[in-house]
Amino acid sequence: MNEHAPLLRVENLSITLKTPSGEQVQPLRGVNFELSRGEALGIVGESGSGKSMSMLALMGLLPSNARRDADSLKLGDKDLLQIEDTTFAREIAGKRIGMIFQEPMTSLNPVYTIGRQLIETATLYGRGTARAARARAIELLNRVGVPEPELRLDQYPHQLSGGLRQRVMIAMALMNEPELIIADEPTTALDVTIKAQILDLLADLQSELGMGMILVSHDIGAVSRAVDRIGVMYAGAFVEKGPLDDVFEHPLHPYTQGLLQCAPRATLAHGGPRLGAIPGSVPSPFKRLTRCAFSDRCPHVHDACYGSEPALRSAGNQAYRCVLDAEQLQSDNDHSDKGVVIPHATPVQVEHGDPPVLALESASCVFTTRRGLLGRSKDNRAVDDVSIALHGNEILAIVGESGSGKTTTARMMLGLQQPTSGVALFRGEALEKSTPRQRAQLIQPVFQDPYSSLNPLRTVGDSIGRPLVVHGVGNRASRRERALEIMSLVGLPERFYNSYPNQMSGGQRQRVAIARALVLEPKVLICDEPTSALDISVQAQILNLLLDLRERLGLTYLLITHDLAVVRYFATRVVVMKSGQIVESGETERVYTQPTHPYTQELLASISDPLRRSA
Amino acid sequence: MSSIDNTLPERQTSAGVEHTESLITLTPRQLLHRRAFSHWGLIIGTLTVIALVLLAVVGPLVLPFDAYAQELAGRLQPPVWAGGDWAHPLGTDHLGRDYLARLLIGARISLTVGFFAATLGCIIGVTLGVCAGYFGGRIDQAVSYLLTCQLALPQILLAMALVFLIGPSIYVVIGVIGVLQWSYFLVVTRSAVMRIRELDYIASAKTIGSSTRSIFWHEVLPNLRSQIIVIFTIEMGVAILSEAALSFLGVGIQSPTPSWGLMISEGRQSMFFNPWLTILPGIALFLLVMGVNLMGDGMRDVLTPEGRH
Repeated sequence: MNEHAPLLRVENLSITLKTPSGEQVQPLRGVNFELSRGEALGIVGESGSGKSMSMLALMGLLPSNARRDADSLKLGDKDLLQIEDTTFAREIAGKRIGMIFQEPMTSLNPVYTIGRQLIETATLYGRGTARAARARAIELLNRVGVPEPELRLDQYPHQLSGGLRQRVMIAMALMNEPELIIADEPTTALDVTIKAQILDLLADLQSELGMGMILVSHDIGAVSRAVDRIGVMYAGAFVEKGPLDDVFEHPLHPYTQGLLQCAPRATLAHGGPRLGAIPGSVPSPFKRLTRCAFSDRCPHVHDACYGSEPALRSAGNQAYRCVLDAEQLQSDNDHSDKGVVIPHATPVQVEHGDPPVLALESASCVFTTRRGLLGRSKDNRAVDDVSIALHGNEILAIVGESGSGKTTTARMMLGLQQPTSGVALFRGEALEKSTPRQRAQLIQPVFQDPYSSLNPLRTVGDSIGRPLVVHGVGNRASRRERALEIMSLVGLPERFYNSYPNQMSGGQRQRVAIARALVLEPKVLICDEPTSALDISVQAQILNLLLDLRERLGLTYLLITHDLAVVRYFATRVVVMKSGQIVESGETERVYTQPTHPYTQELLASISDPLRRSA
Repeated sequence: MSSIDNTLPERQTSAGVEHTESLITLTPRQLLHRRAFSHWGLIIGTLTVIALVLLAVVGPLVLPFDAYAQELAGRLQPPVWAGGDWAHPLGTDHLGRDYLARLLIGARISLTVGFFAATLGCIIGVTLGVCAGYFGGRIDQAVSYLLTCQLALPQILLAMALVFLIGPSIYVVIGVIGVLQWSYFLVVTRSAVMRIRELDYIASAKTIGSSTRSIFWHEVLPNLRSQIIVIFTIEMGVAILSEAALSFLGVGIQSPTPSWGLMISEGRQSMFFNPWLTILPGIALFLLVMGVNLMGDGMRDVLTPEGRH
């Protein structure tokens, strides 16, 4: 075998999907890349950019209505285009290419033991003996950091935590010593601290075993932890490719530049410059492109962008898809105002004796579950003796991993959940004494998932005006006027008034949800992961909007999140929660620079910052 | 749809945030129309049902035949194509009554019973299903127990016993069929509401101060619309067949009121010599139930395209 031949060569790979209504969609339009042995390639892009689709195409896992076209698709000297599906399954899949999926909860079969699934991977089609496979499984589980591997072999997937399951998935992908490993968003479903461990593990294994690796993710920071080269995808094609350091230090394509600017970084403190936001959202694949795909979001757009889609040009080690010259793009990036510097309210000075706007006093919440009608009840203490005070105009962030009780805390402060003991206070008065309608005028939520927080059968105007109807405010005309006013406040054009949520993008829906929360003029907004369901460029738009609104309306925010980079940029004060208890709290700067609790230190160490990576 | 557009979408600046949107090509309503008018089953079913409803409503008013006038001299006349005359296009029954007129009145009975029995079942089933799904816990356990009991009952047998006890009339038939036929409504709405209950727009409605009743009427029920319409048509078909079965067994609609089931039963005695007496109401019953079912299937495909396969 030729040592210099690339491990994987993909030339002009396209995918065409046929929708049931007979239209043709092209989620992938002519993708080229090469991967050498022992090299790690990161592919980043927002949802709908075609990054996962291209990996599914490599593995022959496309849906049945999809057609794959390529000039060349070669793994070593094997032409994957000529190969039959059955041969592919026998000789390539799982043997020469290992694949790790996003959801460790669903990618292991729940009815078989871990051991059986691992061993089967290695013995399928008579590849090896069960005894040898078992020994290798134990060795690999040990290597990927699963404690007591012999015991684990006899366990079922549900007996393992998410992080352990993902480790088992990695071990399974490595059972046949593949030449290439493909990891599709391998850490998206995991908690922050575990996320960093898994990425570091993947990077170590890749260099140790000399495999090729493709790491697909929407999270630039995560990818930067584990790869040598990076490709940025947009609307089904690469817009920039190159060595990681080059791309991060001098990104050429305006989209890459925007992406790097809008990623909140742990180094970017509150009160610093605004996040650079990319306007708009990813174009619909239904449109046929006769111009640069990025043209309607690009700050440098001019006439040359509209003739046809620009080709990939190379500059040094990098390649980029833009009509402009590399020097010009680079100098534009260096001189562009990376957001306007707005002096933010630094930590709010709390007058002593001034009651907090919203507070929890030694609140606990216990959920009792009971199996069957007469089964024994079991207590689950979700929140344990938590006291939080939220002062006027403050942005308080509650940080914690899943299961830390942060959402339950927020529900208690919203009045959606009664504390089992303790009390929730609004301006010193018990929250439960107020009626739901009084509460509604004080505190409003913004939920995580804008796809489920809007009733699909209501138009935007109807959703925003609904609180006014419930409270019997004004008449039809005045409510319409008020809704339009709020819509313009959150940056929604008037023409969306009669649209339905499913006609809108995630970011637009989140704006509707914010507008609905603001229509009753509450004092406090409780935002539960308001941006975690959004693409990174849209996340920046929403965070900037929330900061704007706070300034204009004097709002107070309670932010619930697991994203520490967002917190540093956004919050004035932080509360860190772990298993239902507060382990640390304080002003954001203090907590980030001098964390005292070991858990906080662990959390902070897990942040992947694209720009601080080499430090 | 994939039109080529070279214009720069409008940019709007408000609240300091710039953004652009791609134009939306089709509204959901347009998509719905498009799916509906390309679904042959739905079109055929709907046209059949509309035609039968029109015949049932208008037919007896304009046609010069009487469904109740007996004419013993002209008993068991065959239809036109089997040697009969145009005085009785579909012939006469064993008491010399005009068969076409009786079929049309029978269609009225079938449609009435089907519609109102399904409505009654819908009210019972959806109420129980929404409560069970929304409140969960003890209420859900109680409703599930009720459902288990209901599923264990032999329906036709029980219906017969009930009609026999209360005495047969069209209201009793509607009531009995409706009260015994709500399990499908319950099962589907219960699981749908369990899913909807967890969605954030319900939590959001709570936090703007909506009452539980308002949440039911304005957030939950509208989102069950398509499921309810689909089950309603299917249950209507079942109710029509149940009525025919009860009438056939003699505990449904009583003579001289014509009902298709009753007509089949009456024609059964002379089936070998006058087969049309059973075949004609049989065909009518088949057409109506098939039309209703095709319509229901079609509506399911059109309203919930994701649940088709």
